[in-house]
Amino acid sequence: MSQTGKELNGAEIFLESLRKEGVDTIFGYPGGAVLGIYDKLYDCDFIHHILVRHEQGAAHMAEGYAKATGKVGVVLVTSGPGATNTVTGIADAYMDSIPLVVFTGQVPSKLIGNDAFQEADIVGITRPITKHNFLVKDVEELASTIKKAFFIASTGRPGPVLIDMPKDMLAKTTRFVYPDQVDIKGYKPTISGHSQQIKKAAAAFRKAKRPLLYVGGGVVMAGAHRELGLLAQEAGIPVTMTLQGLGAFPMTDPLSLGMLGMHGTFWANMATENCDLLVSLGARFDDRVTGNTETFARNAYKIQVDIDPTAIDKNVRVDLPIVGDLKSVLADLLTELSEKPVQSDYSDWWTMIQQWKDACPLEYDNHDGKLRAQFVLQKISEKVKGQAVVVTDVGQHQMWATQWIQFDHPRSHITSGGLGTMGFSVPAAIGAAFAVTDRPVISISGDGGFQMNMQELITAAHHKLPVKFIILNNSFLGMVRQWQGLFYKEKFSFTDLSASNPDFVKVAEAFGCKGLSTDSPDEVDALLDAVLAYNEGPVLAEFKVVKEEMVFPMVPSGGSMRDIMVKRLDPNRLV
Amino acid sequence: MKKIISVLVENKFGALNRVATMFSGRGFNIHSISIGVTEDPEVSRMTIVTSGEANILDQIIKQLNRLIDTIKVVDLSAENHVARELAMISVNYQKGIRSEIMNIVEVFQGKVVDITIKSITIEVTGPPDKIDAFINMVSPYGIKEVARSGLVALKREEQVVVRKKEVHIA
Ligand SMILES: Cc1ncc(C[n+]2csc(CCOP(=O)(O)OP(=O)(O)O)c2C)c(N)n1
Repeated sequence: MSQTGKELNGAEIFLESLRKEGVDTIFGYPGGAVLGIYDKLYDCDFIHHILVRHEQGAAHMAEGYAKATGKVGVVLVTSGPGATNTVTGIADAYMDSIPLVVFTGQVPSKLIGNDAFQEADIVGITRPITKHNFLVKDVEELASTIKKAFFIASTGRPGPVLIDMPKDMLAKTTRFVYPDQVDIKGYKPTISGHSQQIKKAAAAFRKAKRPLLYVGGGVVMAGAHRELGLLAQEAGIPVTMTLQGLGAFPMTDPLSLGMLGMHGTFWANMATENCDLLVSLGARFDDRVTGNTETFARNAYKIQVDIDPTAIDKNVRVDLPIVGDLKSVLADLLTELSEKPVQSDYSDWWTMIQQWKDACPLEYDNHDGKLRAQFVLQKISEKVKGQAVVVTDVGQHQMWATQWIQFDHPRSHITSGGLGTMGFSVPAAIGAAFAVTDRPVISISGDGGFQMNMQELITAAHHKLPVKFIILNNSFLGMVRQWQGLFYKEKFSFTDLSASNPDFVKVAEAFGCKGLSTDSPDEVDALLDAVLAYNEGPVLAEFKVVKEEMVFPMVPSGGSMRDIMVKRLDPNRLV
Repeated sequence: MKKIISVLVENKFGALNRVATMFSGRGFNIHSISIGVTEDPEVSRMTIVTSGEANILDQIIKQLNRLIDTIKVVDLSAENHVARELAMISVNYQKGIRSEIMNIVEVFQGKVVDITIKSITIEVTGPPDKIDAFINMVSPYGIKEVARSGLVALKREEQVVVRKKEVHIA
């Protein structure tokens, strides 16, 4: 029933505004400052409130939910510690451009600034890690602020927006009117690209002999994967993707070179180094991608398409910038190209790429009977065939997942890229599983990161969510161990967890999940089959893998292709 | 390279803070920043003096534009503009040097705004280098305190050259 025009209090306006935004799921945790909202939530039949076990979990769940669906993720927490506990998730969403609206309770207006009980200046704290934030002191402004928040979070380059709501404001009443439109003077994201620039881009395509599409998360966010596919197919142009771009183009397609960057494939990085046209689509030339910016794609004419003008020329100077929404820009570019198609022959270019592929394929030792993370990931990939949402944590397993799992669909790979937040996977997978019901949702963590938010297993168990929690347990903070091994003379300072790790199967069971474990390659098939077949609730599967393994290839931080390590003992073998 | 940037922002809680946070968080320099309401009570104008390499200055303008409260960013250094700063300088004012100080004040078209037996406070307005020069001239007499407003500036013509969100489109 429409509540428009009715006299409602702030808490009711909050709920009605969410309804107007089409929100049906929120992730939250109650406390003093938001009791008024929880009081109304109790009787609310249109919002599914997920009670988390830690507010950081709520923020990551909202991220996972948003990443899996493209919708805005919504968080509701109390003031002070409730609010500060969301900070890591907000910063994570900011770095990876994930649309969130985070609602925080605040102490009553007249106490703000008094160091009141459970007061934190969350607007001040989150200013540099939100796209925008608001403190709503007047209930008259609540509905319009919520409207603005959703608009800002979901348009342009998406990002988190926070609304701080003092307790007394939530109790005041006013006539509820939800605005149809927003007009923010200083916020008008550019949608279509400049036609002259697009013409120039088309000309560059026609001229190039060794073109390369460098695809970032922006393509996924803009829903431009179809246009990207057409562009790549148009003339058989190779595609490399960033961590956030994986899945924007099918990795099983022969045109895909896989991921580039620090742990990217040798051939993707060599192609980047040797291309004569680099077309960046919704990517931001992150240092983990470029290494040394001086040498990055040094011979290429560079085109960069991004909706955010600040992303352009930030780290690497480009020759042709195009500001606009990728879907629209790519559509215009395709039209432009269809009038005068690319007629180049890239067979020499593909021969070069094939040589790099043959020279340095992805590989791992598979003959000593020991269980390795790469093997488990490869098996997962074989079993799900692209039909799963895989949510990884941060560390070695995250990089191996990019190498050994084939992501064929947008929004099928979710990970914390920009901030690199350990503890992301467990809650983000849970958030995704509240939205995705037609495919398995698989969380993959290291033993370290798993422990950072494992309390959320309880949330999954409570909702009987069939999330598959995979732990690749190497008894070490593996990625840190790798750096200590390579750059700190093998002094493994505070990275050995073997003596202190819990029994993960017991953890699973104590938290209401099914728990399985193995350390044998021979059992991986059966165990994964059991995991994928189990849908009555969450299941955790621990794979005890060797600890010495390192992720290769590796371009050391700030390095270039000259510095690439392809194997532990034989650096610079090929270059 | 130095740059004067004029920023129109919505006159909202925290707008100045947002700009300052952005500058410090991204490691950009601020030489001076001044803010005050404009002819429209809902809009404030910030005048920011900053410096850096060309690509940094380019980023500064884009990042300012990116802030939601920002309505317009104008690179005044690229324009014909007028820029002024106001300073108040309190100087020792003992017998024997009074006429010398008054001469300097006159040359710089300063204004005496406070005077006691021991000290004199002078107001000087103008481009920052004029104020620097004035401070230089009176410093031998013993400066007690200096307060400077930071630069305020306006462009000379009516037209706006750098318009929000069009900064980098071709
Ligand atoms: C919250 C947080 N703290 C610290 C780090 C630094 N860090 C990056 S990778 C890593 C090790 C991860 O170990 P584990 O979770 O066991 O995964 P593995 O690398 O072994 O796959 C650490 C500590 C981080 N990324 N995030």
